[in-house]
Amino acid sequence: MPAVGAAIKPLFIKESRLGVKLTLGLLLCVTLIVADLRWTGLSTVRSAIDTLLTPVYTIASIPGAIGDWQDRTIRSRSQLLDDNDRLRRENLVLQGRSQQLASLQADNARLRALLNSTTLLRDDVLVGEVIGVSPDPARHQLLLDKGNEAEVYLGQALIDARGLMGQVVEVSSTTSRVLLITDPTHSVPVQINRNGVRAVAEGAGALDRLTIHHVAATTDIQPGDLLVTSGLGGRFPIGYPVAVVSAVERNPGEAFARIAATPTAELDRVRHALLVFSGGQADEPPAAATVAASTDAGSE
Amino acid sequence: MSESGSGYWVILLTLLVAAILAVVPLDRAVAWWRPEWMLLVIIYWAIALPHRIGLFTALTLGLLMDVLEGGTLGQHMLAMGIVVTLAKLMYQRLRMFTSAQQATVIFVLAGIHQLILQWLLGLQGLAVPGFAFLFPAITSALLWPLLMPFLRGVRRVYGVT
Repeated sequence: MPAVGAAIKPLFIKESRLGVKLTLGLLLCVTLIVADLRWTGLSTVRSAIDTLLTPVYTIASIPGAIGDWQDRTIRSRSQLLDDNDRLRRENLVLQGRSQQLASLQADNARLRALLNSTTLLRDDVLVGEVIGVSPDPARHQLLLDKGNEAEVYLGQALIDARGLMGQVVEVSSTTSRVLLITDPTHSVPVQINRNGVRAVAEGAGALDRLTIHHVAATTDIQPGDLLVTSGLGGRFPIGYPVAVVSAVERNPGEAFARIAATPTAELDRVRHALLVFSGGQADEPPAAATVAASTDAGSE
Repeated sequence: MSESGSGYWVILLTLLVAAILAVVPLDRAVAWWRPEWMLLVIIYWAIALPHRIGLFTALTLGLLMDVLEGGTLGQHMLAMGIVVTLAKLMYQRLRMFTSAQQATVIFVLAGIHQLILQWLLGLQGLAVPGFAFLFPAITSALLWPLLMPFLRGVRRVYGVT
C-alpha cells in the first residue's frame, strides 16, 4: 500500500478504550432489544428509518418491476386475444352471479334486523402494490407502497382476490409492512363456513400451511372445510376466506385434533393486494340499522 | 491531512449497494443462502480503514438492517457490533492472510453473527429449526475471495484512505 500524501497512516491503531466502547455499545443494543420487545413507543423511530430507507426497497424491486413491464408490453397478439376472451367470460360469470346480490343483501339485512343483530358493513378497499418481501426467510412480511399518506393504519387487514393475506404491523409515510397469516407469530380468529364452529388459525412458518390448535377431537371439522374470518377480536373484518382445511388427524390418545389448513390467498405470488378499511358504510340505509340492538343473537 | 477522511461517498455507496442486495427478493428456495452482504462490506472497510470504520458504523448499519428486515430493533446492531469489533482486533493478521485463510476467518465471523441472531430469535421463540441459519455464513465465505479484490480495487481507484 503506497502511503498517500504527507501523512503516513500509523501502523497500529490506538484502541485503548475499545473495551469501554464495546461494553457501552452492547448495553445500548440490549436496552434497545428489551425496549422494542416490551414497549411500542419505538415504532415512530422505526417508521422514520423505514421512510428513509424506502429508496433501498424501491431500487431492489426494480428487477421484478422490469419483469412485470415485459409481461405487459411484450406480448403476442394471440396471447392478448386469449386473455381478452378469458376475462370476458370471467366477467360474464361474475356479473351473472352478482345479479341476485342486491336482493340477497337486502334480504340478509332484513333478517338480521329481525334477529336484533347489527347490519353487516360493506368494506372499502385500497389497492396496494407489493414492493418488497422481508429478506429474512423466517419472517413472512411484505412491504406495500401505501402508507400514512394513504391513511393506512396499524392492524389493517390485507386481502387478495382469493382470501385474507395478513395485517399491517408498521406504517411509515409512504410504505407499510404487512405480517402474513403464515408467520409463526401470527394467529387469526376463524370460523368454519359450513357450521360456524370457531377456532384460531396460527401461522406455521411455511407459506402453504396454517395450523389450528385446541380444537376438540369430537368437533365437526373435515378436510375441504372453508375457514373464514370470524371477526372476533375486532382485528379482522368478518367473512373473508382464510384457508381450506387440508388434513384432520384425530388421535384417541390426545384431547385435541391436529388440523392443518392451506391458505386460500396466493401469499407468495401476488403483486397487488387490497387493504381493507373495515367499518365502512352500512349496506342498508340507516333506518334499518337503528332497529339493531347491541347484542349479537345471530350466532347461536 | 486533507487526504484522510476522503471518499465518504464511496463507502456510503458500497454500503447502499450492499443494502439493496440484502433486500432484493429471492426465491424461497435460495433465500436461506443469501450472503450477509452488509456484514461483508463493513468487515472489509473495518479491515482496510480501521481508523475510520468501527463500532459506531457497525451499530448504525445494524439498526438499518433491523428496520430493513422488520425484526426487533437491536438484534443486528448487537451481532454486527461484536463481529466488527472482532474483525478490528485482528485486522493486521487478516491483511496478511491468503484468500483462502481470509475466507475461513470470514466463515467464522459470519457464523458468529448468525449464531448471535439465532440466539436472540430463540429468546423470542422464533428460532429457525435446523442449521439453515448457518447457510449465509457458507455463502459469505465463498463470496469473500471475489468481493475483497473488488472492494480493494474500488478503494484504490477512488483513493479512499
